[in-house]
Amino acid sequence: MPDAAVSIRGVKKNFGSFVAIRELSFEIRDNEFFTLLGPSGCGKTTLLRLIAGFESTTDGEIFLYGEEIEKLPPDKRPINTVFQSYALFPHMTVAENIGFGLRMLGWNATDINNRVEQMITTVKLDEFSHRKPAQLSGGQQQRVALARAMAPQPRVLLLDEPLSALDLKLRQQMRAELKALQKETGITFIFVTHDQEEALTMSDRIAVMSAGELQQLGTATQIYEEPANRFVANFIGETNLIDATIHSVNGQQVVCELPGGFLLDARIDNSTAVNTGAQGAVSIRPERLSIVAPDTSQQPTNHQGDHSLLNATLIDTTYLGTDTIYSLKLTEDHNLSVRVQNNNALGSKAIGDTVTVCVEAAQFLAQ
Amino acid sequence: MGQKHRFNVRHYTGFSFMTIVCLLILYLPLLVVLVYSFNDSLSITRWGGFSLRWYTELFTGVESAKFKQAAFNSLTIALSAGVVATLFATAAAIGMVRGGHFRGKTLSFGLISIPIMVPEIVTAVATLIFFTSIGIKLGYASILLAHIVFCIPFAYLPIAARLQGIESSFEEAAQDLYASRWQAFRYVLMPMMAPGILSGFLLAFIISLDDFIITNFIKGAGVETLPTAIFGAVKQGIKPNIMALSTLMLLFSIVIVTLSYLIGRSDSSKATH
Ligand SMILES: Nc1ncnc2c1ncn2[C@@H]1O[C@H](COP(=O)(O)OP(=O)(O)O)[C@@H](O)[C@H]1O
Ligand SMILES: [Mg+2]
Repeated sequence: MPDAAVSIRGVKKNFGSFVAIRELSFEIRDNEFFTLLGPSGCGKTTLLRLIAGFESTTDGEIFLYGEEIEKLPPDKRPINTVFQSYALFPHMTVAENIGFGLRMLGWNATDINNRVEQMITTVKLDEFSHRKPAQLSGGQQQRVALARAMAPQPRVLLLDEPLSALDLKLRQQMRAELKALQKETGITFIFVTHDQEEALTMSDRIAVMSAGELQQLGTATQIYEEPANRFVANFIGETNLIDATIHSVNGQQVVCELPGGFLLDARIDNSTAVNTGAQGAVSIRPERLSIVAPDTSQQPTNHQGDHSLLNATLIDTTYLGTDTIYSLKLTEDHNLSVRVQNNNALGSKAIGDTVTVCVEAAQFLAQ
Repeated sequence: MGQKHRFNVRHYTGFSFMTIVCLLILYLPLLVVLVYSFNDSLSITRWGGFSLRWYTELFTGVESAKFKQAAFNSLTIALSAGVVATLFATAAAIGMVRGGHFRGKTLSFGLISIPIMVPEIVTAVATLIFFTSIGIKLGYASILLAHIVFCIPFAYLPIAARLQGIESSFEEAAQDLYASRWQAFRYVLMPMMAPGILSGFLLAFIISLDDFIITNFIKGAGVETLPTAIFGAVKQGIKPNIMALSTLMLLFSIVIVTLSYLIGRSDSSKATH
């Protein structure tokens, strides 16, 4: 098996007595679009700075293509960074900025020029090569930062929230461009963001972090459909989190008991082992719930052997154009949010009506 | 939206009167010197018509050799003291601003900036005692040495202020792009600090050029700078040629200070983005 691009082994980082990274161990594969996702302050930038060499680890090791890099200063690591603030050199033109790394590597002038021209074309800045950064828009500065970091053809490119300063439209466009650039160049991208939508749309794999710890590592589908814990379920998209107790276990399938005595089929993460009676929560995505006609459900609460129907009281509706959100009361303390596309004749529901809800997918979370 | 009724110091009665009084006190003496330097009379109080005779006298008269030598000393000392003090101040600023936390950092900052607040006469006496006790011969070299030392804190302030405004991510970006520490300084940090360094140099230069008290104590016999030469000449009574000399020095200072201000302003907006 080929070496991982970056291997993080038991890395810890303290600033004085403050613990920024508690302990991280995972591998980033070669040629991968890898995303570090987590709320502000969870240690994403710190981890990038450890990989780039601006900080040294308190404990643990970082390997780059099988080589331990602790002793290498930043300028000896074949890794480049797109800084959150871009950090474009204000006294240099766009072309000089992009060529800086090549100049420091000792390339000759002709090669530098060719490569710079190629990069300028790649990021579509042909008319701007002689401008200073201050004369560019935010989006253009972002492209210069990208071109500057990619010009020396690093093995790993670190991107620290590169899109956060752009407006929505530009951000969406840049997502597609970044993704295409990564595929085209085959450079391993380690992309940092606190924006879950950005992470879901761009990444091959996502590491969800919180408070200096890894919460879950997986593809977009995995972390959305099968969140490992309450934090991930809550942080990625919208979800209903309802207290639950395990009723019976069958491999990855469990039946759990919800408040009000409902039984519900749910899946569990294959790394989690649970026993009957274990306490936890189920996560149900609002769009994985649907409201079914009351007459198709056989009262009382559940079908035998198909624990997927719940009864609840409608307390509010929110019309969103394409969808409608129904807020339901399951018990005194537990509400459910259901998202339904406005395409079928659901019939008008009045506040206070009892409705029957069908659960298409639920995930049991032990923590 | 209530903005018209906002508190405004200009609405106090007597505000413009006080402003004019203050400006007069500040600038009237300078104005008198400026105007009377063009006076065609030996009197320093009566106007005898416009003339450039005192400027001619300054450059060709009996005292011209003395003043030329003093001007040469002043300029060369100010230039060398300015350059050397700026080098020290730049190194000190980088150590203080980029050195992270080290023991005695606050103490170091105090040691760098307190000399500005020490009464100059105390520095002068102390310097004289120090030089004589270690046996340094008083003269051009002792003046230069003293000027280098007391100019460092003045050069330090604008340089450190500039450096504080430059995020360390620029040097990190340079190192990330394969620049050694020296290359990161040479190609990124130094050009970005340049306006601060130039301001620091000009400030040190003007402070040195202007210094009288310390210079007067340690200059030794026979070596004069412009301020000490002017002082010496005035002791025998104020002649209008002193006014001409003072006017020239004033204009020179204004040019330097304006330059320093313009440099400081011109791209402080580009220090970060
Ligand atoms: N040099 C430092 N000294 C002290 N604390 C720091 C330093 N750098 C980061 N931190 C702290 O470490 C935590 C993680 O920061 P960071 O990695 O920048 O978070 P993120 O990029 O995920 O928003 C924050 O609480 C931050 O205040
Ligand atoms: Mg960050």
